[in-house]
Amino acid sequence: MEKTKYLIIGNSAAAINAIEAIRERDKNGSIFLVSEETCHTYSRPLISYYLGNKVDEARMLYRPPSFYEDHDVRTCLGKRVVHLDVSAREAFMDDQTRILFDKLLIATGGAPFVPELPGADSEGVFTFTTLDDARHVKMFVSDHCVKKAVVIGGGLIGLKVTEALIDLSIQVTIVELSDRILSATFDRTASGIIERGLMKTGCSCITCNTVEKILKGKKNLVNGVVLKEGTKIDCGLVIMAIGVRPRLDLVRDTVIKINRGIMVDEYLKTSAEDIYAAGDVVETYDLIAGSPRPIAILPNAAQQGRIAGTNMAGGDKKYTGGIAMNSIEIAGIPTISVGLTDPAMIPGKETQNDFEILQEYNERDSLYKKVVIQGGRIIGIILAGKIDRAGIYTGLIKDRIDVSQVKDRLLKDDFGLLSLPKEYRKHLVTGHGIEV
Amino acid sequence: MKKIVIHEEYCMGCRLCEIHCLVEHSKSKEIIKAYKGEYPKALPRLLVEEKGYISFALQCRHCEDAPCLDACMTGAMHRDPKTGAVICDEDKCVGCWMCIMVCPFGVIARNTQGKKVASKCDLCGGEKTPVCVKYCPNGAIVLEEI
Repeated sequence: MEKTKYLIIGNSAAAINAIEAIRERDKNGSIFLVSEETCHTYSRPLISYYLGNKVDEARMLYRPPSFYEDHDVRTCLGKRVVHLDVSAREAFMDDQTRILFDKLLIATGGAPFVPELPGADSEGVFTFTTLDDARHVKMFVSDHCVKKAVVIGGGLIGLKVTEALIDLSIQVTIVELSDRILSATFDRTASGIIERGLMKTGCSCITCNTVEKILKGKKNLVNGVVLKEGTKIDCGLVIMAIGVRPRLDLVRDTVIKINRGIMVDEYLKTSAEDIYAAGDVVETYDLIAGSPRPIAILPNAAQQGRIAGTNMAGGDKKYTGGIAMNSIEIAGIPTISVGLTDPAMIPGKETQNDFEILQEYNERDSLYKKVVIQGGRIIGIILAGKIDRAGIYTGLIKDRIDVSQVKDRLLKDDFGLLSLPKEYRKHLVTGHGIEV
Repeated sequence: MKKIVIHEEYCMGCRLCEIHCLVEHSKSKEIIKAYKGEYPKALPRLLVEEKGYISFALQCRHCEDAPCLDACMTGAMHRDPKTGAVICDEDKCVGCWMCIMVCPFGVIARNTQGKKVASKCDLCGGEKTPVCVKYCPNGAIVLEEI
């Protein structure tokens, strides 16, 4: 039987930032980290860069090779915690080892959602969320000289993997259920910009459609897919990128309360004493929506991990909530989206009048700026083509600054701190930066 | 730690800070070469905003609670344990611009001349007085112990 002061389940952004925060306050308390993956902590979003040969494995590391040593962490990689005894503060691993802990952090992340499709067991069908996935896809592509691929799902993961496959000179068809790609983060105009950018690279997007069947050829290898209305697309590779859901298997049979993700309070503590959760596995307060939901993005995971770690080590730090945001460059077009970018997605006509939308669109150069305002405050932005100083808008959203007096300056090319209300500008310029 | 503090009321908008910053971050560290003979040309790590009689220089605030550190997906953005400065390891950076998305000061720039990297103030290494402070003729950019 193992005994530890801090048990960390997970090895990605939330887990690593928690460890750093624990060590800031507690130099000696024993830390034990368990992760199902066998590798050192790596940057998950970099797996598409790895697949596209833009980054090698050594540069995938999220922290230096000496991280565990430097932070005095005992690791158990390649093992899984299969059961939790919450009241006894005990974790059971798949190799029968038992671990007693004082404090636990559940940072198990998300798991890809895989639909049940006939033929999904063919060789050459992959999900794309881990380094192992990327390694397997890479090996498969070179072993079988893949020329054509189908990506199921036109969300962020789908587009990132598409971009990597394009870099490998593979012709990609994206099949998306909704009427446009990136529908969760973009409005129609921004989706269109990216769609046209992708088409120029030889990739095609099929919307309002879905794959109903995966076709097997020789040696159980995938050789095509059949769409809803019967169209057949030839391909030698299928990537399922429909979405990611909080990975809840471990807590499902415990007293720890779950909804769509693990429910946590503002200290990132679960409903069970001394058990914390952070990252893609939790649902936290969405500052724009005004209700809890999982927002699976790395900046939130890192911040939550840091706050959870602080509190596990006796601190008293609050997490006030997060905002959905993404920065993604596709087909050479950089884009940033923050918060609520498309009020038209909200059902109910009567609410539409609450929103004011400022926008500027230059179709020829793929330049797009959009600011969504509600009650005098910015609640969402989209920038495409030119993204410089985007964080100033993010700051205005987070700090809930009234911009009604400066609305005419928000889309200007020289937008900067001088465009902001004077008090806020002075606070930013003459202050000491963001303090704890 | 020592931090750069901006006094906007003393700034005349002369942009000497910008010139010295660019030269300091060039390969040759010589003004003519830095401006006319180097490719990729170095970028200044600070910016100057100016409108009417108000102007100020601004560079990374090296925040205590820095959002760019959380947002960095590669681990390139890190805090120098010795100086406390927030530094971007340009070798690790892949230019995903997550830091640009979250910096409320808008002081991280895209450098797309060679390999895409986020470009920001590094406090001139942290050992000496940063050049923007050293060469500001009017005390609008000063270094203070915080």
